[in-house]
Amino acid sequence: MRFLFKTDYEDDIRLFPHSGYVVSYGLLLAVLLIAPYLLSSYLMSQLVFVCIYATVGVALLILTGFTGQASLGHAAFLAIGAYTAAYLQKYNVPFPVYFLAAGALTGCIGALVGFPALRLQGIYLVIATISFAFIVEEILARWESVTNGNEGMRVKALSLLGVTVSRDSPTFYFLCLAVLVLTIVGTLNLLRSPTGRAFVAIRDSETAARSMGVNVALYKVKSFAISAAITGFAGVLFAHKLSFISPEMFTLQLSIEFIIVILIGGTFSLHGAVLGAIFIVMIDPFLTYLKDDMPGIIAGIAATFGAGAATAANIQSKVAAFAALNGLKGAIYGIIIVLFVLFEPLGLYGRWLKIKLFFQLFPLYKRATFKRQKIYVKSERNR
Amino acid sequence: MLDFVQQLVSGVALGCVYGLIALGFVLVYKATEVVNFAQGDLMMLGGFFAFTFIGMMGLNYWIGFAGAVAAMALFGMLAERIVVRPILGYPQFSIIMATIGLGYFLRSVAGMIWGTDDFKIETPFSQGVLRVGSLVLAHDKLSVIAATIILCTLLWLFFNKTTLGTAMRASSENMLAAYYMGIPVKRVVSIVWAISAAVATCAGVLLAPITFIHSNVGLVLGLKAFPAAVLGGFGSIPGAVVGGVLIGVIESMAGFYLPEGWKDVAPYIVLLVVLLLKPEGLFGLHARKKV
Repeated sequence: MRFLFKTDYEDDIRLFPHSGYVVSYGLLLAVLLIAPYLLSSYLMSQLVFVCIYATVGVALLILTGFTGQASLGHAAFLAIGAYTAAYLQKYNVPFPVYFLAAGALTGCIGALVGFPALRLQGIYLVIATISFAFIVEEILARWESVTNGNEGMRVKALSLLGVTVSRDSPTFYFLCLAVLVLTIVGTLNLLRSPTGRAFVAIRDSETAARSMGVNVALYKVKSFAISAAITGFAGVLFAHKLSFISPEMFTLQLSIEFIIVILIGGTFSLHGAVLGAIFIVMIDPFLTYLKDDMPGIIAGIAATFGAGAATAANIQSKVAAFAALNGLKGAIYGIIIVLFVLFEPLGLYGRWLKIKLFFQLFPLYKRATFKRQKIYVKSERNR
Repeated sequence: MLDFVQQLVSGVALGCVYGLIALGFVLVYKATEVVNFAQGDLMMLGGFFAFTFIGMMGLNYWIGFAGAVAAMALFGMLAERIVVRPILGYPQFSIIMATIGLGYFLRSVAGMIWGTDDFKIETPFSQGVLRVGSLVLAHDKLSVIAATIILCTLLWLFFNKTTLGTAMRASSENMLAAYYMGIPVKRVVSIVWAISAAVATCAGVLLAPITFIHSNVGLVLGLKAFPAAVLGGFGSIPGAVVGGVLIGVIESMAGFYLPEGWKDVAPYIVLLVVLLLKPEGLFGLHARKKV
């Protein structure tokens, strides 16, 4: 185990606390850079979605994880980014311009949403963001001169510096990866700046933050604006990846998915956004794979334990019928969310930290290190 | 004018359905400060239970109704025991996510058991209409309004006049202090979930003739009932019903007088405006800040 000896503040806020970080993240980046030449086109496509979801996850972490303001309306920000891109593209605006414009517009709208949110807390904020998302969805469906209504909009392949980049090409993947990496690095820098520390102070105790001289209103609006702007950038990439957008893609379901990303990944670190994105994007193909292969595997196991051929075939058809049931995916989804909230509140990244600590302290690891304290409810109404 | 009154009455009836579901939200919130996003799905499940008892097993309507309420009360306790009790007292965000997960699960399982078709329950009120002058009021809508008024009154009395109700309010204010005063907090929480599931079942059975029962009805109506509860001020029983009626009336008026599309958004716009002006809802307690 390595002990870090910090002698001044600069040591404490370093991006890479020691050389091990440079090596491991450098290796990860190298693997990601050569990935297009190793993976199948389907997996590459999933990897692009991981990048986009992780970008949204980071945006949501800034707002929910670090400023403590829950939002169930991020699908609306994504939609605004996507539609801005699609609309400006019709007038042959170059990619860099509409990419930035989408981010700027979404950021402004985020700030506007942030103002009413100043007075709201907890559940009232959640319902306000849901309402905002519903209103945006309805506007997208009705404002037909701009958004083409429920018929949706086609999004052409993006052209960067005169070269057309198709949505399946490695270049598009590199673009998404670059946006994700820049977002993460930018957010890390933001979080170690005074702004980031103000965010965390507001999350931990608004009253304490205010008495320390933090302008709570200003920083809440800032947090909303930054989070929305990043989601807007992700929205542009999302539109290009899907090449077709319509209002019913940006429902409450998608907002809940984004919250699940950070919930499953872990809400206390940016690693969580990436791990959660991998989980949420890969769960669908994984469940499909289970559905196709599981009956055979279970029948095989039954056969090895001495079941007759007829029994094994019977078991196989029963399991296949169960797997083909409508809505099984939703049930598994629900169970996963509940299990994570109950048993792994720190998320996947928390699990990773526990495993790491177990090996670092090998015989001395105590489960109590991460045990949650018992908390008793006190009313939020007259806090 | 007649159109207006007709719209008003159907809006009030629809609003009472929202109010009934919102009552469930408010009950759980009032007693435990937990927001149950699966409330609409509990209602859906209650409707399906009643459909099984009445439509499939051919029981008498009232017996089937009572059976469904009893079964759902037990189910509410079970859900509380498994999903909510282990995380009681943790940040609201976690509990909201857990109940959203529960909602997903219930919707899918209901879809698997009862299929994805619409179901209708035959009730004693499905046929008749009441004529007042040239105004036509269907019995099923009137039954919803009557049930809402009765349930709301009973629950209000229960919360404000009985010992158990006082214990519930005490445990929501400060769980530890309530425990020290001899209130069995865990049992109180369990009971309040049973009551809220029972109220949800009443809503489900009463609205079965109006909107039919299908596996997504809970999500659709729950998302309208939620603003109703917030509008009334989360934690106020009359507020939930008033909020529900407001949302229902706004929705039916917007559907009638405004161009298409406003019907679905109007309740949310009103909600945002109210939250801007009165962040704690219409009947909410004024929040005082203590350090």
